[in-house]
Amino acid sequence: MVVAGASMAGLRAAEQLRAAGWTGAITLVGEEPHMPYNRPPLSKEVLAGKAAFESLAFRPRASVADVEWRLGTRVVASRLAERTVDLDDGSRLSYDALVVATGMRPRRLSCPGPLAGRHTVRTLADARGLRAELTRPGARVVVVGAGFIGCEVAATAVGLGVAEVTVVDPLPLPMVGPLGELLGHALLRRHEERGVRFALGAGVAGFEGEDRVTGVVLADGTVLPADVVVESVGSLANTEWLDGNGLDLTDGVLTDEQLRVGGRPEVVAVGDVARFPNARYDGVPRRVEHWSIPTDTAKHAAKVLTGAGPAPFAPLPTFWSDQHDFRLQSFGAPALGRDDVRVLDGDPAADVLVGYHHHGRLVGVVALGGPATVSAAARHRAALLQQPALTA
Amino acid sequence: MKVVVDMNKCQDHGQCVFAAPDVFRLDENGRLAYVSDPDDALVDEVEEAADVCPLQAIRIEG
Repeated sequence: MVVAGASMAGLRAAEQLRAAGWTGAITLVGEEPHMPYNRPPLSKEVLAGKAAFESLAFRPRASVADVEWRLGTRVVASRLAERTVDLDDGSRLSYDALVVATGMRPRRLSCPGPLAGRHTVRTLADARGLRAELTRPGARVVVVGAGFIGCEVAATAVGLGVAEVTVVDPLPLPMVGPLGELLGHALLRRHEERGVRFALGAGVAGFEGEDRVTGVVLADGTVLPADVVVESVGSLANTEWLDGNGLDLTDGVLTDEQLRVGGRPEVVAVGDVARFPNARYDGVPRRVEHWSIPTDTAKHAAKVLTGAGPAPFAPLPTFWSDQHDFRLQSFGAPALGRDDVRVLDGDPAADVLVGYHHHGRLVGVVALGGPATVSAAARHRAALLQQPALTA
Repeated sequence: MKVVVDMNKCQDHGQCVFAAPDVFRLDENGRLAYVSDPDDALVDEVEEAADVCPLQAIRIEG
């Protein structure tokens, strides 16, 4: 068994294979030098200097004590028909079964300007590098992208005492894509009240500066002075090593409803690189970059590889985001119900619980506020689990 | 089996409650409460609860 990718999804795949009864050798190949670690704290606790690496590392189950870790090593090519993968150290591994778990990397802006002073937040090294720059006295910070990571980074920077933090996005509201306008307005107000500035409605046209960035030029001509830029503008799938196998790699690796790749019973994909149909919804294959997905996909894929023949994969997507002193907690697929958004409880100006509907059917619930509201959202989880599939 | 939750780490996400409802629950204020010495028959669900904890705050001993 070869697991390509040694972050959370790879680790969980190895553990779940053991739990499903796979007794053969397992090799995990991972590009980073670290054992698998928890990424959500990178944009929050790690950036704020509140978490050491030791607190991020996953504790692998005892069942995977015998797996071989090839860390600091990348898979560079593959021949699925011959069941081999090539590594960047020149070695070739044969397998009986392959788990694709190579994940994503941050998308970068390609507009003109210097690179120095521009950061992304995906790895531990990224977070440490950014922290060093944010803590320089008087730093002016521009965050490009008003999605979850961008807004978390902006909130953390304000919490660190950075006086000037501006979030830029071509869309008119933060997080409006996944959450819609009602919560987008509520989030904008909450961030502004806590000191984050926004420049919305215009994208980035370029960067000013000679050796390093000194300003961000927007499409409308505005120039925002900047000592530090954070690019949080989405991600790209690490699938180049699968080229040449006739696979659909247009956005991650396409799988069937059992997470199998290319119609092969011995190749599965797990984690955020997998583009899978969710039987709970509409059968459209999507990648899902939520924390719960590596574990969910690993559990299902392990059963598929060990021949347990489970029912089609139908996870309930779950995500959260901690920003300033509030939390967003989501269950289900709010993005599928943005056309019909209703307040279930509370008030958007304070703590609020919001329901997202598709043709009148509840498809997602999002809470914004403190622990009691988040707990209230959890009470709707059972209702979401019991909803028939959208295609039913 | 002994279950230990680092309550300094716990941020009341409740993911453990979904994985192991016989062992973990959120009280009416949204704060975590749990059984520290559950039946050994629950080991699978407690392992899953430890896996899904966003803070990796759950440890299983014995």
